[in-house]
Amino acid sequence: MSRAGVQKTLDVSIRQKGFLAASGEKLEVLNNVVFRLEPGEVGAIVGPSGCGKTTLLRIIAGLDADYDGDVMRPAGGKLGFVFQEPRLLPWRSVFDNVRLAAPAASAHEIDGLFALLGLSEHRGHYPGELSGGLARRVSLARAFAAAPDLLVLDEPFVSLDAALAAHLRSELAALVARKPVTTLLVTHDVDEAVALADRIFLLSPRPARIVGEVSIEAPRGARNDGVVKEARVKIARVLE
Amino acid sequence: MALRLVSLALFFALWHVGAQFAGARMLPEPLVVLRAIVEEARSGALFLHLGATLARVLTAFVLAMIVGCALGLLMGRSRAADRIADPWLVILLNLPALVIIVLAYIWAGLTETAAVAAVALNKLPNATVTLREGARALDRQLDEMAQVYCMPFPTRLRHVVAPQLGPYFAAAARSGLSLVWKIVLIVELLGRPNGVGFEIGTAFQLFDVTRILAYAFAFVAVMLAIEMFVVQPFERHVTRWRPKNA
Repeated sequence: MSRAGVQKTLDVSIRQKGFLAASGEKLEVLNNVVFRLEPGEVGAIVGPSGCGKTTLLRIIAGLDADYDGDVMRPAGGKLGFVFQEPRLLPWRSVFDNVRLAAPAASAHEIDGLFALLGLSEHRGHYPGELSGGLARRVSLARAFAAAPDLLVLDEPFVSLDAALAAHLRSELAALVARKPVTTLLVTHDVDEAVALADRIFLLSPRPARIVGEVSIEAPRGARNDGVVKEARVKIARVLE
Repeated sequence: MALRLVSLALFFALWHVGAQFAGARMLPEPLVVLRAIVEEARSGALFLHLGATLARVLTAFVLAMIVGCALGLLMGRSRAADRIADPWLVILLNLPALVIIVLAYIWAGLTETAAVAAVALNKLPNATVTLREGARALDRQLDEMAQVYCMPFPTRLRHVVAPQLGPYFAAAARSGLSLVWKIVLIVELLGRPNGVGFEIGTAFQLFDVTRILAYAFAFVAVMLAIEMFVVQPFERHVTRWRPKNA
């Protein structure tokens, strides 16, 4: 615990989070979600659709303050957030979208990210001129350009076709390998979690709590089908 | 562009034909009106009156847009402000322009200030309502993005909020300009010693239709120029990011 010194880890301890439905009924979304990420560690949260994953991320990102518990983010508090939708400013060019979110990044750094993500030729385009896959890459570039202390990804490749999603996943893995950053990824796709994470947290259906935890030991570059299969077996065992 | 010109030509042709039936006293031909405009311009009277009216239009317009937009933004963002100001807005929206003008002249005298203030007050609720809609329609998702990336307030205002309000601002400006200039004429007719409205009032007493049309069209031309060279380029600039058909 580093409470007295500089906070390096991400400590999440949410006792309870609920909201009132329009009918007046109180819905409990999260119940006792407690975990910690070490510096540079990539954690994945996997759970069924609608279990409260996005709610959890919004709390961690500070977008929702109405909950019972504590969230300690790594010191510095700079956040990179890849939303489910790209959320780009349609009236600013690709380059400006990144620069406005990361004013400290030099044009050189941003262009380096663009080269890595295959965005160089789209630098001056407006988001409306991009395909869905390209727009997500811009959103990724924006998050990395901000040089975050904590990177949060909310199902970043949902609704993309499988081949493109796999391609973007390997690009993301390359980005994380280039410069380690404490990362929290939310997904309902086990393969995605296994491909990217050091540790996988399994959530129950609503109200969500962590029902188990699986570590992936193999290095990120060497996760073949065998590793995935093995991880699936481990996950199945935890969920029994 | 060609269609526009044809449509405009049709307008003048109809006017010409109508003039033959109605007679020169009721409806002079377009060319006669044009000659009257040239004559007024040569004597300098035209520019004096156009200038006076234009100055009033611009002052009242700028005043109404600044106050109206600020109020609209506030009402769109804050529920309390909306509740407090809304009844005032409804009163102002439904108070006839003539009542505001007459009251302004009675309370503040036949002064320039009273005239401009009355026009601005007439336009203000209009701008407020439009911008309030714009502020209500602001994208929450982009707002959250700006918050997550800790964008400073000026950046947010300029790059996140203002572009979303651009179309609402343009709509308020366009309807505002035409509304303001019509009300300025009434203000001038009732209590100013110069301006297009004053000239039209004099021409009315003399039953001089040529003069009425000459001043009206001269000023419409001025407004058309503002629309073409100021409002439309502004609109093109703020919507330049929208993909166009190739």
